[in-house]
Amino acid sequence: MSSNNSLIPTQPSLYKRWSLTTLKEQCIRVVLFGCALVSVATTVGIIGVLLIETGLFFSQVSPLAFFGDTVWQPQSSDEPRFGIWPLAVGTFLVAGVAGVIGLPLGLLSALYLSEYASDRNRSILKPALEILAGIPSIVFGYFALVFVTPYVLRPIFMDGLGIDVGQFNVLSAGIVVGIMIVPTISSLSEDVLRSVPRGLREAGLALGSTKFDVSVRIVLPAALSGILAAFLLALSRAIGETMAVTIAAGSQPDLTLNVFRAVETMTAYIVLISLGEAAEGSLEKRSLYVVAFSLFLITLAMNVVARFILRRYRNEYQ
Amino acid sequence: MIESVITTDPQLAKRHFWGRAFEWVCIIATWTCLAFLAVMLIGVTINGWPHLNWHFLTSFDSVINPANAGIKAGIWGTFWLILLMSVFSIPVGIGAAVYLEEYARPTKLTRLIQLNILNLAGVPSIVYGILGVTVFGHMFGIFGPAAPREAVWALPFGNKVMTGALTLSLLILPVVIISTQEALRSIPASLRHSSLALGATQWQTIRYQVLPAAMPGILTGIILAVSRAIGESAPLIMVGALTYVASTPGKISSVTDFFTNPSGIQAAPFDVFTAMPLVIYNWASQAGDVYQSLAAAGIVVLLVILLLMNTAAVIVRQRFQNWIRW
Repeated sequence: MSSNNSLIPTQPSLYKRWSLTTLKEQCIRVVLFGCALVSVATTVGIIGVLLIETGLFFSQVSPLAFFGDTVWQPQSSDEPRFGIWPLAVGTFLVAGVAGVIGLPLGLLSALYLSEYASDRNRSILKPALEILAGIPSIVFGYFALVFVTPYVLRPIFMDGLGIDVGQFNVLSAGIVVGIMIVPTISSLSEDVLRSVPRGLREAGLALGSTKFDVSVRIVLPAALSGILAAFLLALSRAIGETMAVTIAAGSQPDLTLNVFRAVETMTAYIVLISLGEAAEGSLEKRSLYVVAFSLFLITLAMNVVARFILRRYRNEYQ
Repeated sequence: MIESVITTDPQLAKRHFWGRAFEWVCIIATWTCLAFLAVMLIGVTINGWPHLNWHFLTSFDSVINPANAGIKAGIWGTFWLILLMSVFSIPVGIGAAVYLEEYARPTKLTRLIQLNILNLAGVPSIVYGILGVTVFGHMFGIFGPAAPREAVWALPFGNKVMTGALTLSLLILPVVIISTQEALRSIPASLRHSSLALGATQWQTIRYQVLPAAMPGILTGIILAVSRAIGESAPLIMVGALTYVASTPGKISSVTDFFTNPSGIQAAPFDVFTAMPLVIYNWASQAGDVYQSLAAAGIVVLLVILLLMNTAAVIVRQRFQNWIRW
C-alpha cells in the first residue's frame, strides 16, 4: 500500500497549482477578453438601436410607402412623405461621380507605384498620397464649395457650355469625394498588385511581352478580384462620406440625375435633422434612424463582400 | 544590337510607344492627385491668411463682429475630447488586441470578434454618432431628460464633452485594435519563447517583453487614429455638440487655469462643447467672404495640428526602428 501511495504525486501539476500569481493571470485574461468584447457590444448596440427605432418608424409609416414613394418631405406638417428614393439616388449619384473620378485615378496610381515607379520615387509618392487620406473631410467640402464650383465648374460648364451650375451641386461633391477615396484604392490595389507572383511577370517578359503587356494583360487580370474588393471598399467609403457631401452637395431632396443640381444624400439628411429642432420620438427624428439603418446595411454589405473577395484572393496566391 | 532590332521593327516600336504612353498616363494620374492636394492646401492658406494670427487662436467665435472671431472654443473643445477619448480607447484597444493576438485560441468566437472588428472599421462615422447620441447622450431615456448645464456626473450625459469623447472612442477603437494587432504580430515568437522559458508568466512576458518591443508600432497606430478623430465632425454633430459656443469646457482657457481653477478640471467633461471641425463647418455653411476666410483659417490651424501629429508618428517610427533590431 505504502509503495503504491508514493507513486501518486503529492503535489498537483505545477501548471494547475493555485496561487496568487495564477489568479492574477486569470484576472488579466478575463479583463482583456472584456476589452475584446467591447467591439462586439458596439456592433450589438448599433444594430439594436437602429432596429428598435426602425421598427417604431415602420409601425407608423408603411414599408411600401418608404420603398415605393418618390417624394421625401418629412418636415411637411400636413402631409409628411417618406419615400427613400430621392435620398438614395442622391447618395449613389455622388458616389457614382466619385467612382468615375476616383477609381481610374486610384488604379492608375497603384499601377504606377507597383509596376513602373523606381524605389526612390515610390518612397516619396506613396506617403504623399497617404497625406490625402489624413485630410479631414470637412476640408474637402470647403474646397468643393469655395474653389471647385466657382473656379472650375462654373467657368467650364456655365460660361463655356451654358449649363446652369448650382452653388451646391453633385459634381463638385463627387469630384472631391473621388479624390478622397484615391488613397484607399491605390494603397489596397498596390498591395494586391505587388502580391502577384514575380514569376508571372518574368514569364511574360521572357515570352517577349512589353512592360505594358505585362502590367495590363498579365498582372492586372491576375489581381482583378483584389482590385474589385478595393473598389468596393472605396465606394462604401464614398457612400458613408458625410461632411464634404453635406457642405458641397446641398440639402435638396429632389429626385434627379442632374449632376449640376443640388441633392440631399442620406448622410446629409442625418446631419441636417440632428442640427435642427426635431423633437425626440417624433416621426421626423425616427426617420433619421431608418436612413442610418439603410446606410449601415449598404456599407456593411459592400464591406463584407469586399473582405470575402480579398480573403479568397489571398488564398489564391499563398 | 538589340536597340536596332526594336527600332527597325515597326510593330514592336508601336507596342513600345503605347507602353510608354500608358506609363505616362499612370504618372499623370498619380501627379493629378498630388496636384489637387497642393492646390487645395495653397488655396485654403491664401484664403485664410488675413485671419491667421494670434488673435484668431485666442478669441471666441463672434456673431456680432465675425471679423474678430477666433477658434479658441474649438481648440479647447477638441483638446478635452481627445484627452478623454484617449483615456477610454487606448487601454481598451490595446487590451483587445493583446487578447486577440496573445491569448485567444482560434475558436469560432475569436473569428467572430476579429471579423466584427474589421467590419466595424468600415461603418460610416455618422452611424457611430447615432449610437453615441442614443446610448451616451440619452441613455435610452432611462434616466429622464438631459441634466442641466451645470450638473457634474449627472446621467444621462446629454450633449456634453463626455458623450462626444465616448462616441469618438468607439469610432477609433477598431483602428487602434487593428494597428496594435499588426504591431504585435511583427514581434518574433522567439522573444516570447525565451521569456517564457526563463520562467516568466504569460502576462509578465507580454507586459515586460512584447508590449515594449511593439510600442513604436502601437504608438504610430494610436497617433494616426487620434488624428483621424481630430478631423471627425459628423458624429459630434449627431451627439448634439454646438457649432457656436463662446466658452471653453470647465472655463479652463489657459494652461495656468489648470492650477488656479481645479474645480474646472472636474467640470470640463460635463460642459457643453464645440470642436475645431464643427466651428469650421459653422463658418463654411454661412454666406459671406469673411466667414469663408475664417473657415479657411480654421482649416489651416486644424491641418497644422494634424501635420504635427503625423510628423510625431513618423519620428516615433524611425527613432524606435533604429533602436530595436531583431
